[in-house]
Amino acid sequence: MSTTNLDTAADTAACDEAARGHAAPALGTRGLFRFATAGSVDDGKSTLVGRLLHDAKVVLADTLETLARTSAETGFGGGDGTLDLALLTDGLRAEREQGITIDVAYRYFSAGERSFVLADCPGHVQYTRNTVTGASTADAAIVLIDARKGVLEQTRRHLGVIGLLRVPNVVIAVNKIDLIGYDGQRFADIAADVARVAAGLGLPTPHVLPVSALRGDNVVERSAHTPWYTGETLLGLLESLPTRDEAAAAAEDFRFPVQLVLRPQGALAPGLDAEAFRDYRAYAGSIAAGTIAVGDRVTVASPGAPRRETTVTGIDAAGVRLDTATAPASVALRLADELDIARGDTIAAAGTLPDSSADLLAQLCWLSPAPLRPGAAVLIKHGTATVRAKVTAIEGRLDLEDFGLLPAASLELNDIGTVVLRLAAELPTEPYARHHRTGAFLVIDPQDGNTLAAGLIAERNSAA
Amino acid sequence: MSTTAPAPARPVPAAPGTPGSTHETDVLDALEAESIHILREVVAEFERPAMLFSGGKDSVVMLHLATQAFWPGVVPFPVLHVDTGHNFAEVIAFRDATVERLGLRLEVASVQDYIDDGRLAERADGTRNPLQTTPLLDAIEDNGFDVLFGGGRRDEDKARAKERILSLRDEFGQWDPRNQRPELWNLYNGRHTPGAHVRAFPISNWTELDIWRYIERENIALPPLYYAHEREVFEHSGMWRATGEFSRPGDGVPTVRRRVRYRTVGDMSCTGAVLSEADTVAKVIAEVATTTITERGATRADDRISEAAMEDRKKDGYF
Ligand SMILES: Nc1nc2c(ncn2[C@@H]2O[C@H](COP(=O)(O)OP(=O)(O)OP(=O)(O)O)[C@@H](O)[C@H]2O)c(=O)[nH]1
Ligand SMILES: [Mg+2]
Repeated sequence: MSTTNLDTAADTAACDEAARGHAAPALGTRGLFRFATAGSVDDGKSTLVGRLLHDAKVVLADTLETLARTSAETGFGGGDGTLDLALLTDGLRAEREQGITIDVAYRYFSAGERSFVLADCPGHVQYTRNTVTGASTADAAIVLIDARKGVLEQTRRHLGVIGLLRVPNVVIAVNKIDLIGYDGQRFADIAADVARVAAGLGLPTPHVLPVSALRGDNVVERSAHTPWYTGETLLGLLESLPTRDEAAAAAEDFRFPVQLVLRPQGALAPGLDAEAFRDYRAYAGSIAAGTIAVGDRVTVASPGAPRRETTVTGIDAAGVRLDTATAPASVALRLADELDIARGDTIAAAGTLPDSSADLLAQLCWLSPAPLRPGAAVLIKHGTATVRAKVTAIEGRLDLEDFGLLPAASLELNDIGTVVLRLAAELPTEPYARHHRTGAFLVIDPQDGNTLAAGLIAERNSAA
Repeated sequence: MSTTAPAPARPVPAAPGTPGSTHETDVLDALEAESIHILREVVAEFERPAMLFSGGKDSVVMLHLATQAFWPGVVPFPVLHVDTGHNFAEVIAFRDATVERLGLRLEVASVQDYIDDGRLAERADGTRNPLQTTPLLDAIEDNGFDVLFGGGRRDEDKARAKERILSLRDEFGQWDPRNQRPELWNLYNGRHTPGAHVRAFPISNWTELDIWRYIERENIALPPLYYAHEREVFEHSGMWRATGEFSRPGDGVPTVRRRVRYRTVGDMSCTGAVLSEADTVAKVIAEVATTTITERGATRADDRISEAAMEDRKKDGYF
């Protein structure tokens, strides 16, 4: 779809006429609550989510039958109370054979007023990239700790990732509490330890609870073995954790990375009036932040071009005209002026977008076995824009022991590091802390196309 | 439900706080927004997309989402059907009517052709599902497709539960579940080397119940066999199977007439029906919301063979 040489004026009145339906208010933004597991290998993540699904009675009969059969085959017994509940999510052959989780499994269930998307992530250090995948979209992270072992290096690494990604809710499940004789003192020691680590990493105050995934203590049912614990069960917590405040989300500055230009001349969907859509032109995308209303003034930022301002004249959602729309709705915007706008451009509430810059200070979670060295040429995918970039410096990597920045000549697999990037084109980037969707990017290998790192914009480096 | 229903009129979303604006509406809005985002990303970043379309409910919903994503334009890619030759006639009729109504190009990869000219051999058990892989991969290569949209959902099967939304396939069409690319936030990376291709699953996060609620909300037409109807059936390994050209009872197995419907639609030789009185969308939703058996467990003989049936097929290049 070409976006240059506009030769027709957008006849918004005709388009409005042609759009089916009445004006409607904003599309909703609530709905799914996503949570991900994390923690060191064998701490019991898969067993815990299996227990949660089982005791919340959301596992269907034929799945339970298969589970009992497979549990029997793998030596778990298979009778009542001897199910290998990890098999509900460890769905790959290699996972069943080795008894570990390799990649994220997604499961869906409803409880109380919520619909949950659960991402059961691996603990093994080799598969940290998959845990980052699961955590990147999570509203809550459940970090498991084996009560016998306490906080391990991998626990710290996962907490570091969760802090980096700013997962809004953190739950610490001190698991295998059955194996330490339901010792309340030991639990309190681990809780204090983890609180120190969380504070050091700048995480939100975690909810800490004692559980036995194997026996079900405090997962769905309150345990009689832990009278010293008076807090919520895991399910109770999941049902009550705060979601992102909707009013606050709607009040954020509007951000809209343009995905495509919809200009159907000649290839109109059957049944639509060709005359009415002759001049139709709209910019399709999903709202990354905030709310937009018809009549709002917006700024358009294109890499390497001066900023322009215009007014939103229409918001279309597949033929339904909306008055307003809020993140994360997928819509198409019609604008008052004929501007050259293409994929990779950003439409934002007028006057709210920071200056674009080609220099970035960012944190990377390095996910590739090949190390990153200064001078490396990479691709950056930010919103809908992909640009070439060079790593001009590695400032350091996160020390998981005392949370400081260690000097580093390279970033190795699973390191969290701070780097300086020089982009081939200026992008309207913003700190991840302020705008999750406009502060995140991928680092891609220009040769084989693989994703090398999760990138988070730290703060604007003014050295341009 | 007729197979030639006019383009569905989309109901206007209800205002927050009014009776239409329930939790379910919010979930459907969120899922719809995510799916449309994925459809648009893939169309923007790939050269030659195509969509797998069988006439089954998931692919019908996925195609409907594509009409939403690119409105008022025509859906900007062709659809591909791998036809086992054992499909229900009413589903094929529905497929053709839908493609015609939306003005799309349909490519058919025919398993029957491969069997007729000897490139594939009929299996002893008569099941043709595993035979779909070769014609599928050939169609991808012949047409130069670099990405295929599939209607797979993660809640269907535990191997599907592991797959990324954008899933890389090597030049042999193989999926390597042990070596999947990280997939972060909603930033999808579809870059691939020449010869490799990508499968994109825009409705990964939908459940069977979400699909049905959306079908109700959007008034989407489906092949009639998704609704309760009377049919001649026989029992086969614990499932009800329709009698038909490609599906005959064994010796001594009686045929009976029952009210049934299909929860999934696939090859007649391995897809079972369930006993049901649900002859409207609302009744189907009520049925699905209270079912005690999973969709594939109730209806797919091929996935009962082993714990890893789906994983093995996917590794070989299946959907
Ligand atoms: N006694 C006891 N054993 C447990 C408990 N939770 C898990 N286990 C056992 O710990 C082992 C590991 O459990 P998994 O659930 O596979 O651990 P995981 O954290 O998912 O492992 P990865 O995903 O590979 O990192 C299994 O043998 C479980 O049965 C518990 O609460 N008590
Ligand atoms: Mg696990």
